[in-house]
Amino acid sequence: MKKDKIIIAIYVDNQYGVLSRVTAMFTRRGFNIDSLTVGETESPAYSRITITLSAAKTDKDQVVSQLRKLYNVKKVVVLSNEECIKRELMLIKVRNSDETRERILETANIFRGKIIDLGEEAISIEVTGDSSKIDGFIQNVKSFGIIEMCRTGIVALDRGSTTIWSDHEED
Amino acid sequence: MKMTGAQIVIETLLEQGVDTVFGFPGATVIDIYDKLFDCGGKIRHILAAHEQGAAHAADGYARATGKPGVVIATSGPGATNLVTGIATAFLDSVPMIAITGNVSNSKIGRDAFQEIDITGVTLPITKHNFFIRDIKVLADTIREAFKIATSGRPGPVLIDIPNDIQRGTCEYASKRKIIPAKPPKAEDDAIAKACEMISECKRPYIYFGGGAVRAGAGKEILKLAEKIDAYIGCSMMGLSEIPTSTPRFLGMQGMHGHFASSVALAKSDLMIAVGVRFSDRATGKTDRYALNSKKIHIDADCAEIGKNVSVDLGVCCDIKDFIARLTDAVEAGKHPEWEEKIKSLRARESDAYDDDTFVPREVILDVASKVAADTRIATDVGQHQMWTAQFYDFRQKHTWLSSGGLGTMGFGLGAAIGACFATGKRSVLITGDGSFGMSLNELATAVTYKVPVTIVIFNNRTLGMVRQWQTLFYDKRYSGTTIERQTDFVKLAEAFGAKGFKADDIDEFRKVFDQAYAYNGPAVIDMKIDTDAMVLPMLRPGGTFENLVTWKEAENEEG
Repeated sequence: MKKDKIIIAIYVDNQYGVLSRVTAMFTRRGFNIDSLTVGETESPAYSRITITLSAAKTDKDQVVSQLRKLYNVKKVVVLSNEECIKRELMLIKVRNSDETRERILETANIFRGKIIDLGEEAISIEVTGDSSKIDGFIQNVKSFGIIEMCRTGIVALDRGSTTIWSDHEED
Repeated sequence: MKMTGAQIVIETLLEQGVDTVFGFPGATVIDIYDKLFDCGGKIRHILAAHEQGAAHAADGYARATGKPGVVIATSGPGATNLVTGIATAFLDSVPMIAITGNVSNSKIGRDAFQEIDITGVTLPITKHNFFIRDIKVLADTIREAFKIATSGRPGPVLIDIPNDIQRGTCEYASKRKIIPAKPPKAEDDAIAKACEMISECKRPYIYFGGGAVRAGAGKEILKLAEKIDAYIGCSMMGLSEIPTSTPRFLGMQGMHGHFASSVALAKSDLMIAVGVRFSDRATGKTDRYALNSKKIHIDADCAEIGKNVSVDLGVCCDIKDFIARLTDAVEAGKHPEWEEKIKSLRARESDAYDDDTFVPREVILDVASKVAADTRIATDVGQHQMWTAQFYDFRQKHTWLSSGGLGTMGFGLGAAIGACFATGKRSVLITGDGSFGMSLNELATAVTYKVPVTIVIFNNRTLGMVRQWQTLFYDKRYSGTTIERQTDFVKLAEAFGAKGFKADDIDEFRKVFDQAYAYNGPAVIDMKIDTDAMVLPMLRPGGTFENLVTWKEAENEEG
């Protein structure tokens, strides 16, 4: 069955143990999470979890309805890929040498990366963008040698004045 | 009024209408038990032999009445012993409140004596659970637990209360009893769509399950069936919601369902599924399940729509309201060809039992003919359970107490005891020698409280259901299923202080059952059953209803 990449935004009670309740549902029902982020929201009572996964239509519906059954889950919305803004942040440490330094800095510049730390043997760069941009950056610096890297996973909001509380079309 | 946490627990239970709790005390619930001692018998505490038995009793109490069952256990092993009981209630959507003690908050996370993360352990088997960190939220949390357990699709809720919370003090003000929230009513569009589908069908079949029992929708289903000329079948969880003798009722369908019911489901061109979740034991292979029919699925739980079987119209709503409105709106129908087809299926089914030589059936029929209509019938899990489901004549709601989803051997005795406390009347447990061995310690509880439970052990000296699979699909290689114990169930019953009887054939059974049933306390009947008796018909593993294992085929395999 055809699988699509989907982004799910979840508003939950900002309480002890809620994240494990949400992730336990995915584990128990055999759905694989690609990325997960969680953080504070405009209201201290709630946290917002953003989960991306690849899922067929029936699985998507099942994930959403199972999430809605969780007591601490207040709102679940599948964000449309076209109608949302999404960003991911990466910190990446690339091997540095006199011969490669210029090319690394140039690559970082093209991708609007920021140099966070510069040492004789390593350069640490911050890159922000959608996931494909970050994937692209990784491809371009691979040959220099990636020492370590760390990605946050996607955070996403609806475009315009639409919010998670607005009516979303269910397809 | 200022109260201790333990007092608040008792007061809140009283406020929520609790009159009976099942449990077993221990170090971290001594304070709750101390206040239970003070409540002047307004809450009856039933001491079980084992926390699992207490949990099954709370479950049986709930199934027998529809009211939530309450169980109390101490931390650590007390709490983990509840797990099978909670999971059993979860899989069958039974409203239950489990209260556990835990070590004081200051010791949490330090692996203190009898400390266990029971909210972590029960996370996937409760509708929701709570750990109390602050005494100020204790009363409202218990109230919320009752609301969650009884609203929408019911289920078990666990509340873990550390000892310092029980000993602390806080203001308490009584509140009203929680009214369970109903699922939303269906939109008119959904009713109209269902009417349209019904008007186009020629072979309608209403298939209901546990959701219809929880909603109490039996009468509404019957009315709808009359109006649209549909036949009715149910899942194992649906049994007893409508009387077995209902002319349109074909009985349980599924893996060991009635032949006519299962085949009619496969032949129908419209299935109206009410409060079912299309379990694999009911459907067989889902990609070949009921391919001839369009499907309407109505359930209180939105996540059930399309989970296992894709449907043409799925409505997540108050099912009793939906069926009643649909019955008003739909045009009456008549389907004489369908009636003929059903007649012939029924004739083939009754041919299979044209004499009275099948002992398990005769035993069940005898029990059914002698007990009162409102007698709760509990079972364990295995062949005896399926035979009871197939042959017992259910006459009243909430009389069938059996572990469907989890299939818990050892469920029955606790459940039967719980049912006796709920109804104040007799109950009957049909069990097997394998299942009974798992929970017979609760005989002690039945004796202590003089519980009028009549226990019929189908003793075939084997784990019969597994043996049946081994006979049919594993070349008669009886690995691990032959029971070579020397247990004397009559002496065992007597040692516990119960009555014990033995019957080697059906005539003896008829006599001893009368004596056992007349006894006002627990009585055990050790009934001898043929080791090779089988539950038929049977859906092959991964098979379809067009290809059932029937009596003829099984005869060749027997012996």
